[in-house]
Amino acid sequence: MKHLIDIKNLTVEEINELIEVANDIIQNKEKYSHKCDGKKLATLFFEPSTRTRLSFEAAMMELGGNVIGFSSADTSSASKGETVSDTIRVIGCYADIIAMRHPKEGAPLVASLKSTVPVINAGDGGHNHPTQTLTDLLTIQREKGRLENLTIGLCGDLKFGRTVHSLITAMSRYKNIEFILISPNELKIPEYIKRDILEKNNIKWTETNDIEEYMDKLDILYMTRVQKERFFNEEDYIRLKDYYILNKEKLEKAKKDLCIMHPLPRVNEISVDVDDDPRAAYFRQVENGKYIRMALILKLLGIK
Amino acid sequence: MNIDSIKNGIVIDHIQAKKGMEIYELLNLNELDCSVAIITNAKSKKMGRKDIIKIDKDFEVNIDMIGFIDPNITINIVKDDKIVDKFHAKLPEKIVNIAKCQNPRCITSEERELDQVFILTDKEKQTYRCKYCEMSLK
Repeated sequence: MKHLIDIKNLTVEEINELIEVANDIIQNKEKYSHKCDGKKLATLFFEPSTRTRLSFEAAMMELGGNVIGFSSADTSSASKGETVSDTIRVIGCYADIIAMRHPKEGAPLVASLKSTVPVINAGDGGHNHPTQTLTDLLTIQREKGRLENLTIGLCGDLKFGRTVHSLITAMSRYKNIEFILISPNELKIPEYIKRDILEKNNIKWTETNDIEEYMDKLDILYMTRVQKERFFNEEDYIRLKDYYILNKEKLEKAKKDLCIMHPLPRVNEISVDVDDDPRAAYFRQVENGKYIRMALILKLLGIK
Repeated sequence: MNIDSIKNGIVIDHIQAKKGMEIYELLNLNELDCSVAIITNAKSKKMGRKDIIKIDKDFEVNIDMIGFIDPNITINIVKDDKIVDKFHAKLPEKIVNIAKCQNPRCITSEERELDQVFILTDKEKQTYRCKYCEMSLK
């Protein structure tokens, strides 16, 4: 049985196939509206996340399926001390597929090892969030028409930002990709990402702490939030949270067809005056998230 | 200094000097009911100084554990006073319940009865990563 725990679980061909199905869903919504009749998705959210949970639930509903689940550990048996392994075996008796978010890194992998139905990792701590990466890939493909020959600026928290790490991992498998890594010194990309992914795949990359320095070169600008929950020290968070604020002025030198992305939620890192710019793709990115999750549910359930 | 040779058992040789006791403890050799000799700082042509452990009993040694600690260690199997097998420990592809993940955010810190599994991800740098959270083992 197939699960999706890490974006590396998918081959480039499988990712391309998911993108193709998602694009077909966007063009032919009616065709897919009963594909999951009688099927149930369980959303097991051991930590709160409004958008990812609702995206999964909307995806299943648009496929004609039903949704069960919980949205915090307090309302699950985890609060009584039940293990992930036991919870997953129980839920497998009720649902056909599971989307799981857990604050502990590796929890969805533990779940997949015990589950009798497909498990989708909907985020495990600061570790993986593969459906966000699929969302990003679909967005890049739809906005730019390609996943190759791109210069991608990643800006903000590159140290703890799991979406950034996963996106680098995924994009490094496509041809002629260059990364501009924009972050304060304290939030630079970890050495193991440089060594194990960028250097290993001969990917060109440049580090800077100036958001404007390479603005004119970028095809994609991927902004990220400095996440309070990843810091043990509040002082560091306060010092770094507003390090970058993207606004109209900073975009003056940018390409006319730049694509601005953000996994959301944003705090201050993108000024609202950018929202009306046609290059701002972050709300379209949210919608793409639902379609790629629909494609993923179909794939894991083996429904054509 | 004389240490009796063993008739049937295992000689763990070419241990880095002063690491012998660590291996003795990790292999729980204190639980054996036979003679166990630890020779530390023995002269070695190859290593200058080395430690050796002699175990006077034929038992299943945890080669993964030894390889993880030091892949250059040699293991000699002795039967009827003769070395019948000799091999190098090597870096195991996977180690189970030998080390504990130090990441407080890892599921292994919470889930009961979950094996602590580390996978060898870089042979050259001898890097092991937790199977679950992928944090490297220090």
